[in-house]
Amino acid sequence: MKKSTNRISVLKTYKLYIGGQFPRTESGRSFAALDAKGNKIANLCLASRKDSREAIVAARAALGGWSQRAASNRGQILYRIAEMLEARKDQFIAELQLQGLSRSAALLETNGAIDRWIYYAGWCDKFQALFSTVNPVASSHYNFSVCEPMGVVAIFAPASPLLGLVSVLAPCLAGGNTAVVLADETKSLCSISLAEVLNSSDVPGGVVNILTGSKTELLPWIAEHRDVNALAYTQRDHTTLSSLKTKATGNLKRVIHWPFTDWSVNKAQSPHLIMDLQEIKTTWHPIQQIAGSGASY
Amino acid sequence: MATKKNKSSIRPLRLGSEWPYAPAPESAAIARINEQYELFIDGKWQKPAEGTYFDSINPATEKKLYRASLATEKDVDKAVAAARKASDKYWKKMSPAERGKYIFRIARLMQEQARELSVMETLDGGKPIRESRDFDIPMACNHFFYYAGWADKLEYAFTNRTPKPIGVAAQITPWNFPLLMAAWKIAPALATGNTVVLKPAETTSLTTLKLASIIQEADLPPGVVNIITGAGITGAALVRHPGINKIAFTGSTAVGKLIQQETAASNKKLTLELGGKAANIIFSDAPIDQAVEGVVNGIFFNQGHVCCAGSRLYVQESIAPLFIQKLKDRMATLLVGDPMDKNTDIGAINSAEQLEKINYYIRLGKKEGSLHYESAASLPKKGYFCQPTLFTKVAQSSRLAQEEIFGPVLAILTFRTEDEVIEKANNTPYGLSAGVWTDKGSRIFNMSKRLKAGVIWANSYNLFDPTSPFGGYKESGYGREGGLHGLLPYVSF
Repeated sequence: MKKSTNRISVLKTYKLYIGGQFPRTESGRSFAALDAKGNKIANLCLASRKDSREAIVAARAALGGWSQRAASNRGQILYRIAEMLEARKDQFIAELQLQGLSRSAALLETNGAIDRWIYYAGWCDKFQALFSTVNPVASSHYNFSVCEPMGVVAIFAPASPLLGLVSVLAPCLAGGNTAVVLADETKSLCSISLAEVLNSSDVPGGVVNILTGSKTELLPWIAEHRDVNALAYTQRDHTTLSSLKTKATGNLKRVIHWPFTDWSVNKAQSPHLIMDLQEIKTTWHPIQQIAGSGASY
Repeated sequence: MATKKNKSSIRPLRLGSEWPYAPAPESAAIARINEQYELFIDGKWQKPAEGTYFDSINPATEKKLYRASLATEKDVDKAVAAARKASDKYWKKMSPAERGKYIFRIARLMQEQARELSVMETLDGGKPIRESRDFDIPMACNHFFYYAGWADKLEYAFTNRTPKPIGVAAQITPWNFPLLMAAWKIAPALATGNTVVLKPAETTSLTTLKLASIIQEADLPPGVVNIITGAGITGAALVRHPGINKIAFTGSTAVGKLIQQETAASNKKLTLELGGKAANIIFSDAPIDQAVEGVVNGIFFNQGHVCCAGSRLYVQESIAPLFIQKLKDRMATLLVGDPMDKNTDIGAINSAEQLEKINYYIRLGKKEGSLHYESAASLPKKGYFCQPTLFTKVAQSSRLAQEEIFGPVLAILTFRTEDEVIEKANNTPYGLSAGVWTDKGSRIFNMSKRLKAGVIWANSYNLFDPTSPFGGYKESGYGREGGLHGLLPYVSF
C-alpha cells in the first residue's frame, strides 16, 4: 500500500467508438489488453456482432454527408486530426511503450502517424485531377470519368497499432469513404485513443467507427454484411484473405489487400491507395451540333 | 394534355402492316462459314482432345450453322501452356511499339473484313444486320485500334508507377456482343503485354473464331491469343487452371459470384462485368420525343440482350400518360423479324433457352398484377422471336423491377420528386448504368452524382466508345473496360 498522501490515479475505461459516441459493448463482455510481458494493462470491450452492425449502420448514415463534403474541407479535417494527434503525442508514446515498443520506436510510430494524416490531408482535393479523365469519344458527346468513393469500407487493421491503422484509415477517408475498423486484437489501446482524437477533430460522427474484439468472431459477420461495400485487409494470412473473398461474394464487395509489413516506408503512402477504394463513374452528355459547327472562330 | 388520358393527339403509325417495307436482305453468302471449327491453340487449328463437337444454330431460322469444338480440361491445359510459352518467349520480350503494331494490324484486317464479320455476327446471334454492321463490328475494330496505340505509352498511364504485364489472361465473353466483347478483352490485354486464352459463349463462337483466323493472318506469334470454344465446363476448367494469372469475365452476376468464390484462394486478379437493371429516368421537362427514342434504344437495342439496358423506366407522374402513349405509338413502328433484313429493328432472341426465360418473366409480370402491353408486330413462324413488351403499374418491389430479364421487356414506374426517383433508382443490387432525361443542366449533374452506377447517360442512352470506361458499381461487377481506366485490370506494379 502506498502512502495515503499519494493520489489514487484514475484508470481509463476503454470503450468502442460508434456513430461519434463511446458506448460499451452491448454484450457486456471484455478482454484483457496485455503489455509486452503479458501483464494486464486494461479491459477492452469485446465487441459483438450487434456492435459491428451498429457500426455499419452508423457508417452508412454518415456516408452521404462525408462523401459530398467539399474535398478541400475533408482535407482540412484530416489536417485537424494531425494537429490533435500532435497535441496528444505523449499519450500515444506512453501507450505504445506500455504495449511493448521502445521509446524511440514509439516516437517514430507516433510521428509517422501524424505525418501520414498531413500527407493525405493534402491529397483530398488533388487525386481527382490525376485520376479522372475527359474521354474524346467519336460521337458528339462530352464524356468524362470521375472517381467516387466505394462507400462503407470495413478495415481489418494492421498489427502496427498506430501508424499502420492511420495508413489505412487516411486514404479511405481522403477518398470520401466511411469506415468500420476492427482494431488488431493484440495492440488495441491506441485504436481507441485514436478515436478520441478523431472525435475532437471535426470528423463527423459515424465517419469512422472503431471496434475492439475478436477477429475470429467478428470478421465473418462484417465480411458478409450486405451494407458494406469494400473490405480492406492488411495482413499476410492467405487463409483469412481467401475466406474474406469468399464471404464478400454475397454482394460483390471489393476486397483490397494491402500487405505491408513495414508501414513506415514511403511506398506505404500513395494516392494509389486512395484509388484502390474508388469507383470510376463515366457520364455522357450530348453536345449540340447546330450553329457554327465546323467554323474556325 | 392532362385531360387526354392515354390518348395520343397523333395518329399512330403502323408501318409494319399498312405500309410494309420492301424486304432488303443482306446476302448470307458473304459469310464463308466452315462446316466445322477446331480450337485455335498455339497459332494452329487443333482438334479437341476428346473429339467432341457441338452444333451452333441460327436463332432466326433454327437451322444448324456450323459445328464448334468442345474444349475440355486437356485443351485448356494446352492453351494455357501455349499462352505461357508465348508470354515468356515472345510477347513480354517484344518492344512495346512492335506489340502495338501487331494490334494495329488486327484492327486493320478486321476493318477490311467488316462486312463478312457483320453477316456472321447476325447469322450466329440473331441481332439485326443494321446493328452488327453499324455498331458491333466497327466498335470492335475501334477498340483494337485504340488500345494498339497504348502499347508503347503505358508509363504515362500510371502516375509514378511502372506497369508490368500480369502474364496469362483467361477471358470469358457473353453471347450478346460476341466480337465486340472479344475486342474489349483481347485488345487491352495484348497492349499491356499479356497473352490470352479466350472462351466465347457457347451459342455465338463464330466471329471470335473468325477473329482467330484474322489474328493468324496478322502473323501474331503463336500462342499469344488462343481461342477455345465450349460450354460451361470449358469456362470452369479455364478459371480453375493454376497456370492463369488473370480472369476477365463478362456474363451473369450469378456466374460472376461463383468465379469469385472459385478463385478466392488464388492470387488470380479478377475483373467482372455482370448484370444490370438500369433506371432510365424521364423528368417532365425532358425533350419528350427524343426521350421516347432514347427509351426505345435503351430497351430494344439488341433485343434487350444488353447488360446496361434501360429496363426500368421511371417517368415523372405529370407526363406519364402522354409519355407512355407516345412510347406505345413508337413501339408500333418497330419491325420485328428477319435479322438479315436491313429494315429490321428487332431481330431474333439468341436462344430457345433465353426466349423461355423472357417469357417466364412476361408471365410473371402478368401474375404479379402489372399491366402488360406488347406491340402488334407479326412474328416469323420459325425462329426465336419476342414482341417488344412493356409493363405499366409495376411496383418497385416487383421482380420485373428488380431482376435482370435480358430481353425486350420494359418495366415502367412513376415518380414525383427527384429525391424519390434517386432512392428508387438506387434501390437495386445492381449498378451498371442509368439514363437521365431533362432539359436542366444542373439537374443532370446532380442526378449523375447521386446515381450509383458506373455509366450515366444524360439525354442519351446505350452509347459506347473505346475511349470511354465501362463497368459497374455494386453487384454489376468491378473493374473497367475501355479508356485509360481499362488498362488497370491488365497490369501489375
